[in-house]
Amino acid sequence: MHPAYSVIFFTTASGAGYGLLIWLALLAAAGNVVPNPVSGIALFVLALGLITAGLLSSTFHLGHPERAWRAMSQWRSSWLSREGVAAVITYGPALLFALGWIVFESTGGIWLYAGLAAGVMALVTVACTGMIYASLRAIPRWTDATVVPVYLAFALATGGALLVAIYSVFTPVPPHGIWPVVVVIIVAWALKLLYWRRIDNAAPVATAESATGLGHIGKVRLFEAPHTGENYIMREMGYRVARKHAVRLRRIALLVGGAVPVIAFAAAALFIGPITLVAALIGLIGVSIGVLTERWLFFAEAEHASMLYYGASDV
Amino acid sequence: MAAAGIYTIGGSFWEFGEPDWENTRYFMMFGVAEDHDSNPIKMGLGKLKTKGQAKFVSVNPVRTGYSAIADEWVGIRPGSDGLFVMALIHELLRSGKVDLEFLVRYTNAHWLVRHAPGTAEHGLFVRGDDDQPLAFDRKSGEVVDASRTDIDPAMRGRFTAPVSADNSSGGDAVPAFELLLERYLDSRYSPDTVAPQTGIDAETIRRIAGELAHAAFEQEITLDIPWTDWAGRKHDKMVGRPVSMHAMRGISAHSNGFQTCRAIHILQMLLGSIDCPGGFRYKPPFPRPAPPGPKPAGKADQVSPGKPMAGPPLGFVTAPEDLLVDDDGKALRIDKAYSWDAPIAAHGMMHTVIRNAWAGDPYPIDVLFMFMANMSWNSSMNTTETIDMLTDTDPETGEYKIPKIIYSDAFQSEMVAYADLILPDTTYLERWDCISLLDRPICDADGPADAIRQPVVTPDRDVRPFQEVLIELGVRLGLPAFTKDDGTAKFPGGYPDYLANHERTPGIGPLAGWRGENQDSHGRGAANPNQLERYVENGCFWKDEFTPGQRYYKHANRDYLNHAAEMGWIGSADQIVLQLYSEPMQRFKLAAQGFGAVQPPEHYRDRIAETFDPLPVWYAPFEDSYTDPNAYPIHALTQRPMAIYHSWGSQNTWLRQIHGWNKLYMNRKTAEGHGLTDGDKVRVESPYGSIGAVISLMEGCNTDTVWTWNAIGKKKGAWNLSKDAPESNKGFLLNHLITDLLPPKDGYRFANTDPITGQAAWFDLRVRVIKDDSVELGDGSKSAMPRAPGVEPAKKRSRYGAQFLPEGDWRRKRGGDSS
Amino acid sequence: MTSLPQQTGKPQLGLVIDLDICVGCHACAVNCKEWNTGGHSAPLTDEDPYGADPLGVWFNRIHTYEAGQGVEGRTVHFPRSCLHCEEPACVTVCPTGASYKREADGIVLVNADTCIGCKLCSWACPYGAREYDYTDGVMKKCTLCIDRIENQNIPEEQRVPACVSTCPASARHFGDLGDPNSEVSQLVAARDGYDLMPEMGMKPVNKYLPPRPEPASLASVSETAAPSPATEPGGTGSRFLDWVDRTLSR
Ligand SMILES: Nc1nc2c(c(=O)[nH]1)N[C@H]1C(S)=C(S)[C@@H](COP(=O)(O)OP(=O)(O)OC[C@H]3O[C@@H](n4cnc5c(=O)[nH]c(N)nc54)[C@H](O)[C@@H]3O)O[C@H]1N2
Ligand SMILES: Nc1nc2c(c(=O)[nH]1)N[C@H]1C(S)=C(S)[C@@H](COP(=O)(O)OP(=O)(O)OC[C@H]3O[C@@H](n4cnc5c(=O)[nH]c(N)nc54)[C@H](O)[C@@H]3O)O[C@H]1N2
Ligand code: SF4
Ligand code: SF4
Ligand code: SF4
Ligand code: SF4
Ligand code: SF4
Ligand SMILES: [Mo]
Repeated sequence: MHPAYSVIFFTTASGAGYGLLIWLALLAAAGNVVPNPVSGIALFVLALGLITAGLLSSTFHLGHPERAWRAMSQWRSSWLSREGVAAVITYGPALLFALGWIVFESTGGIWLYAGLAAGVMALVTVACTGMIYASLRAIPRWTDATVVPVYLAFALATGGALLVAIYSVFTPVPPHGIWPVVVVIIVAWALKLLYWRRIDNAAPVATAESATGLGHIGKVRLFEAPHTGENYIMREMGYRVARKHAVRLRRIALLVGGAVPVIAFAAAALFIGPITLVAALIGLIGVSIGVLTERWLFFAEAEHASMLYYGASDV
Repeated sequence: MAAAGIYTIGGSFWEFGEPDWENTRYFMMFGVAEDHDSNPIKMGLGKLKTKGQAKFVSVNPVRTGYSAIADEWVGIRPGSDGLFVMALIHELLRSGKVDLEFLVRYTNAHWLVRHAPGTAEHGLFVRGDDDQPLAFDRKSGEVVDASRTDIDPAMRGRFTAPVSADNSSGGDAVPAFELLLERYLDSRYSPDTVAPQTGIDAETIRRIAGELAHAAFEQEITLDIPWTDWAGRKHDKMVGRPVSMHAMRGISAHSNGFQTCRAIHILQMLLGSIDCPGGFRYKPPFPRPAPPGPKPAGKADQVSPGKPMAGPPLGFVTAPEDLLVDDDGKALRIDKAYSWDAPIAAHGMMHTVIRNAWAGDPYPIDVLFMFMANMSWNSSMNTTETIDMLTDTDPETGEYKIPKIIYSDAFQSEMVAYADLILPDTTYLERWDCISLLDRPICDADGPADAIRQPVVTPDRDVRPFQEVLIELGVRLGLPAFTKDDGTAKFPGGYPDYLANHERTPGIGPLAGWRGENQDSHGRGAANPNQLERYVENGCFWKDEFTPGQRYYKHANRDYLNHAAEMGWIGSADQIVLQLYSEPMQRFKLAAQGFGAVQPPEHYRDRIAETFDPLPVWYAPFEDSYTDPNAYPIHALTQRPMAIYHSWGSQNTWLRQIHGWNKLYMNRKTAEGHGLTDGDKVRVESPYGSIGAVISLMEGCNTDTVWTWNAIGKKKGAWNLSKDAPESNKGFLLNHLITDLLPPKDGYRFANTDPITGQAAWFDLRVRVIKDDSVELGDGSKSAMPRAPGVEPAKKRSRYGAQFLPEGDWRRKRGGDSS
Repeated sequence: MTSLPQQTGKPQLGLVIDLDICVGCHACAVNCKEWNTGGHSAPLTDEDPYGADPLGVWFNRIHTYEAGQGVEGRTVHFPRSCLHCEEPACVTVCPTGASYKREADGIVLVNADTCIGCKLCSWACPYGAREYDYTDGVMKKCTLCIDRIENQNIPEEQRVPACVSTCPASARHFGDLGDPNSEVSQLVAARDGYDLMPEMGMKPVNKYLPPRPEPASLASVSETAAPSPATEPGGTGSRFLDWVDRTLSR
């Protein structure tokens, strides 16, 4: 699949924003935050900013952004529609949550409920995003059971990294506030490794033979494409990343996006003090690079069934 | 192609005849990718395969298009079909699976041929005093008029021939059929002998021969349709040998095409499947006498300045005396048609004109006037040199070797660039046109048809129908055909006027329908000024239906022959005797052997003696004898892409999306042998040139053959395509590699054509293919062809169709001003 | 509404394509383009039409495949257009309802006035049958020529899809595949018509008829028919040529 940057940015940025929102809800629930305007503004502007920026960018690749509102109408059947609805709904409780945190400097009572609602809706929204892909049978690898968990895990990983980084700006974050993030990062990459392992070993779902129904004659190969030039389907679905290239990228992602942040945050947790901020920032940058690469590969490595008609032998 | 058919059965494949799609049980197709009859063939194949009661065999080095849906694909080696067919004949003769009745009734198989070696009469038919061919009647034991219906003609044996008319020779006489037996029973035509040469194993050849015999004789069909034969005998049913055949340029575009095509017709005759139910069927106005009467005009005394020529420029030569040559045997025509270079060039030799004009051979010219032929590109052999010849100047005078070129085209083709004067034509949607029976059939075998085109679009640019231009030139030059005695225009109404009122012979004009005062006579009748209105009322077509009794055996069917004579298609209603044995060929052979008044110059003798044979012979395509098969091991062919018409499909954005550039297709095994893989860049070299190409591998291709789609490669800037268009940057034109002249033999260079008809031997080409990653693709020319005057820059986007949307629909405004 | 309509028992209009007789002439693709560029989804934009990378919207594209190896193999021309699936993901994924399946006849269409051009339907279609128009910014696709098959202004016999009416080989058939007794359904039954990629679960309505082996009538002949030699070497005088001497009448 063609890795469209608008989509990569949307899923990663809004993912991080929603992840952050979820962490904030958890903090509120755990009751060990001292909400104050400064941190609140920083955190919520970032969370809602990322979410909004992501959502906006997702409309850039639309042929008719001015009609984007229509995308809410089909929540009964369409995960894309559901994602839209969930995303919009999330704003309500999220803004209340922010209001309590920043203006009333409280995360208790109704503000807590708003926070929990916001967290849940954020979770739902990210799950919908994952389901958009997981529900596409035409791209067999995406239907893998790990796809939605991966989306959730990376949302939490990037959100968590943000949380720690921001907090460190104000006060050194206590270890018990960092270790969970380290765990989530490890879980996220563990799931991703599982996904890679599974797609590498998955048996083909469809073949050129089943796509044409000519298998009974023998091996099927494309002799001539309909046109000598490209077409929309080839541009959109025909993108193929070289195996070698992909493997290299996977390693980089794992190293920069997994190993580096884990070490950095662990360091931050272990040696509380001035280095926390630096370590946390390194961790944040690492995770971000990691998730962008992982997301790029998610598209670039995915093979679409329609390519069976254009020379692919199986998907 | 057509010549071979017309000299043999008085009709032809091509669009001149068709298989009996309804009734055939076995259909063999030789070397067809598309044909002129393209839609009818697709319709026919669809019908045939849907019925599922016939077998369809396609003989073709490449398995695409029609061959792709064949029940059996015979991937023959190019140029060897003659051998394959003669091996089939060998098998049929060997097993006695021959329709002798058909032969004696409808062909000259029983005619006596004089056997008097070393005399001027050897190999000619033995004729009686009334010039009637003779046969040996086994009833009376006498030599009698071969056309008598009450005889039991001998098909083999030797008889003493009456002394020839001019007392020159006596000698023996043998039935033509005996000569045929002698020729094809020879083991050099046995399946085992030809297998290695054709690439078809002997078993397959035997099996196909068996299937042909089975279909013809075991699956005989009869239609309960009464008919009357040429001799007036009534038959209550029509018997059919349901084997049909069709052949096209895969046969005719080789230098042995004429004889190979004749071999196929002989195979059909042996099976008795000419114009019978289930067989090959003539389309009116065919059959005609084999060959028809008119000779080409153009002898020295027939052409004089300011006077119309004594007759038509094309015709049918039957003896050296008919040739258009001077006393030294040199050609009289600029294309050398009807000279010793190509004695029966029934279509002329257009593709040699530029070379001859440039060389001033046989004579220099002042003006080269061309119409609707992309002669600087895809319709010329040796394109590179052709372009040089078009632009070459005389060092002394600095004048162009071809002083002035006038050309009429409707598009900015490659040829336009070389014209001194361009006559921009309308397209076929913007003018009146006529598809006339006097030209070629557009009908099926069940009845004649002709058609007109009427303008449906008014030209939006400064163009003029070429026919109008010709008529006006005719008037200005005061040519009798176009002017009244007082010098004024005979057809003031222009081309439509001409269509309705021109008469070739009294009562016969371009259009057959609605003639006569009452507008109700068809075929023959006085010119009808309102004829075009009648056509328009009838959807621009005129079609007539034969009566059931006229539909088969047209060559020997009295009702049909009478009708054809009335319609003016044939001079007389006599039976059209199929020429199993071709006497005109023998006349030329004799001339080459030193007999007769008109003899070929020395350097022609061998080639004519070898190739002009009254019974089909096979000789290797000439290229093979000039080009070292080891150095150039591969045959290179082109095929018509169904979606593109020669060069000019490329000016249509839809069609060029389908074929924007062409690859070189190669058999996978062959490629592996060359260490080549799909998508490799290669250099394709012939002894005459070299081009770059990208190869594409396939299974369905003869292992000694590469091929590409015809005429996709373009010159930069031609057709108003952008400089970086794939047509001129990735595609290639194979013609650069095809020579127009063969290497010198005894100091003379023959054209690269069939020695008998002058048909261009496009498919004799041999090449070698070399991997070369750095080879330059495309037409190679640095500079793009300039845009012709009045041609607008092409659109950046086509929104064709938006104009049909309702007013105010948002889509009308999208995409800017691009459509 | 992109939840799928209740279809069972209702007409399922679609195409049946006979791979046994398609010669790959592209006529159906071109006539499809010609009709539809002025029809329901007009125009079918061509980008860079005379340039380096012409890219047009086409609803019907003709692929060519080779199946099997060498002489045993077969070249198959393979027209591909929307299959008007019974359970088309292209419809259910659509967030706007612009992509819909008609209840009355099962035809799958796109509403150009509500499509936001998110392209998700093209991701959901395993058959690559969706065609994005970059200039109009909306998705387009085979309409089954609704503007012909329902067109009261054209003669009855012309109320078939453009591709069907134009196919010179009659390799294309149009009809109601929901009705087991329809001509097309009968044809599919008789010729073992099949679905493309059933594993994708879209339940295509369009069916393909497989290439056929050569007619049995003749296949049987093939083994037996090598002619028995009547003639042996020995020149044309040979008695093995007796068959030539039988009495003949003209
Ligand atoms: N779409 C389309 N239709 C056309 C035209 C066009 O340009 N486009 N052009 C029209 C014109 S002018 C003409 S003359 C006709 C020509 O119509 P065709 O005769 O069909 O011409 P080609 O496309 O050259 O096809 C020649 C076929 O012969 C095969 N072949 C080559 N060498 C041999 C051989 O030695 N033996 C055998 N058995 N086969 C061989 C080739 O593989 C090819 O399939 O088409 C007409 N129709
Ligand atoms: N390698 C190879 N070369 C071949 C062949 C092959 O098989 N292989 N085939 C040969 C054969 S059989 C043929 S017939 C020739 C065909 O070769 P051409 O006769 O050159 O065929 P086209 O390319 O159609 O050229 C027709 C020209 O007429 C122009 N034209 C189109 N419509 C009109 C009109 O209405 N009026 C005017 N005035 N001009 C118009 C077109 O723009 C084009 O320039 O090619 C020959 N060349
Ligand atoms: S191009 Fe014209 S003549 Fe040739 S097949 Fe098509 S419609 Fe017939
Ligand atoms: S073929 Fe594709 S576009 Fe057509 S209905 Fe099926 S899924 Fe939808
Ligand atoms: S592109 Fe249009 S039709 Fe397709 S899913 Fe998006 S909105 Fe629906
Ligand atoms: S049904 Fe109509 S739209 Fe669909 S492929 Fe055929 S012609 Fe094109
Ligand atoms: S028109 Fe008919 S034969 Fe031609 S490509 Fe289409 S389906 Fe095949
Ligand atoms: Mo031609």
